[in-house]
Amino acid sequence: MTIKQISIFVENKPGKLSAVTKLLSDNGIDIRALSIADTKDFGILRLIVDKPDETVEILKKAECMVTLTNVLAVCISDKPGGLSKAMETLYAANIQVEYMYAFVTKNTDDAYVILRVGKNDVAADALKENGFRILTGSEVYDM
Amino acid sequence: MEKYWNPEIECMSREDMKKLQDERLVAQVKHVYENVPYYKKLMDEKGVTPDDIKSTDDLHKLPFLTKSDLRDAYPYGLLAKPLSECVRIQSTSGTTGKRVVAFYTQHDVDLWEECCARAITAVGGTNEDVCQVAYGYGLFTGGPGLNGGSHKVGCLTLPMSSGNTERQIQFMTDLGATILCCTPSYAAYIGETVKEMGLTPDDLKLKAGIFGAEPWTEEMRREIEKSLGIKAYDIYGLTETSGPGVAFECSAQAGMHINEDNFIAEIIDPDTGEVLPEGSKGELVFTSITKEAFPLLRYRTRDICVLTREKCSCGRTLVKMCKPMGRSDDMLIIRGVNVFPSQIETVLIDQGYAPNYLIEVDRVNNTDTLDINVELTEEQFSDTVKDIQIKERELVEAIKTILGINPKVHLVAPKSIARSEGKAVRVIDKRKLHD
Repeated sequence: MTIKQISIFVENKPGKLSAVTKLLSDNGIDIRALSIADTKDFGILRLIVDKPDETVEILKKAECMVTLTNVLAVCISDKPGGLSKAMETLYAANIQVEYMYAFVTKNTDDAYVILRVGKNDVAADALKENGFRILTGSEVYDM
Repeated sequence: MEKYWNPEIECMSREDMKKLQDERLVAQVKHVYENVPYYKKLMDEKGVTPDDIKSTDDLHKLPFLTKSDLRDAYPYGLLAKPLSECVRIQSTSGTTGKRVVAFYTQHDVDLWEECCARAITAVGGTNEDVCQVAYGYGLFTGGPGLNGGSHKVGCLTLPMSSGNTERQIQFMTDLGATILCCTPSYAAYIGETVKEMGLTPDDLKLKAGIFGAEPWTEEMRREIEKSLGIKAYDIYGLTETSGPGVAFECSAQAGMHINEDNFIAEIIDPDTGEVLPEGSKGELVFTSITKEAFPLLRYRTRDICVLTREKCSCGRTLVKMCKPMGRSDDMLIIRGVNVFPSQIETVLIDQGYAPNYLIEVDRVNNTDTLDINVELTEEQFSDTVKDIQIKERELVEAIKTILGINPKVHLVAPKSIARSEGKAVRVIDKRKLHD
């Protein structure tokens, strides 16, 4: 039901972000989606990658501060109103969204939203009941 | 024309002063030995008895007291009078584990206030003056000390305490304050606010300021003098010895006269404890020879300093100390508050952080800033900014509770703070406090 998101602590200093992305590049990690939350002192880089467990190992070995979080990947139609319908569904189900970000792929008319919510099960059920498709881990990792 | 509060003492010949100090020291050592078991034990361990102390020449035979003795003896261990004879306590900046509570008899309060009266008189204060005391009142010695001195001199005293700067300036202008007493950084801030309010020094009747409780530079003195249109004078003291007024500046504005009838000053080598000759740079040590309730003998201030007996243009013969040139321990004075890095470390550990941190102190627009870089731990890291910021705020609150001042906390990546093979560098003080 959920997929694994990697969150990495990145200080707001020159070269810090680049060091992380270079590490991923050197290890042939493919990034599916990303977002960054920024504060004055630091940012949290959130990634969906093809090989999450392996990536965490690599990052930990490089002494990065990293954590895995279970998030939902929801398929929505890539046209006006697609996201809005999903949000209405969550609102109706009383689900709070901590954060979210979206990505598209090359070959379909679909868009994908990564959702970080308080209760994954309740959110997933509500979305499914309203006709949304929730992606499995392997679906996303192997896209 | 130089004015003195107590010309007999302040201009006493060295010979007479030594005689007075000799008598007072001998009596004080006896008083302490008989009434303070803690210090008696230290003397016994060193094999010194009151009979060995015949004059100030024997002072070096006495054991030192340090801040850790004060902590060990907290609260009553160094008290030399029954509580029924004590009328007051004052305390240091409320710092856990290092708190100092000093006791005063009425006689102690009177002598302390006399010391402050001498300081106010030395800057030209008389009963014609309006003295605005903008030091904190309460446990902190600044407000009560200068307040008492101002009363003694007969100034109209404005017991403002610190803060509420616009109101300070309103009283200053409406009531025509002529003398301002506060920390130098607060004086500088008042100066800036005066300007922001569209006023100039000509709108103020201020002529002098007495500023202490934290290190400041000659450059800062000039800035304050310009912004408030005054002469700015330094004052020195510490809760352990009474409070402000242990030493004060005169019209020469070149070093502070120590009230030698109450305090004997020595300069020692901080490593060996050996007494150094006049003019040497070393750690300042005070012996209270008149205090009744809390008479500390050979108390190590940790302030690095030089004493001089060169003739002063003001006519006072009291020995002069320079502005403290640094510390022989790791204590920082931030916004007038004594801060030990170990206190911050204790909070970090209590809050679940690793003891990897870097304290950065700076002075921006004449106000001290305290920034603490702390390494984030795995337990604290979260994928949401909110969770991390809640942790950050909890840490700020905990530090504020302990220190009484607001720090800025910056969470940094693990292992990003440089490790050291030897003594870790925990503090970077970017302030230029010493010329």
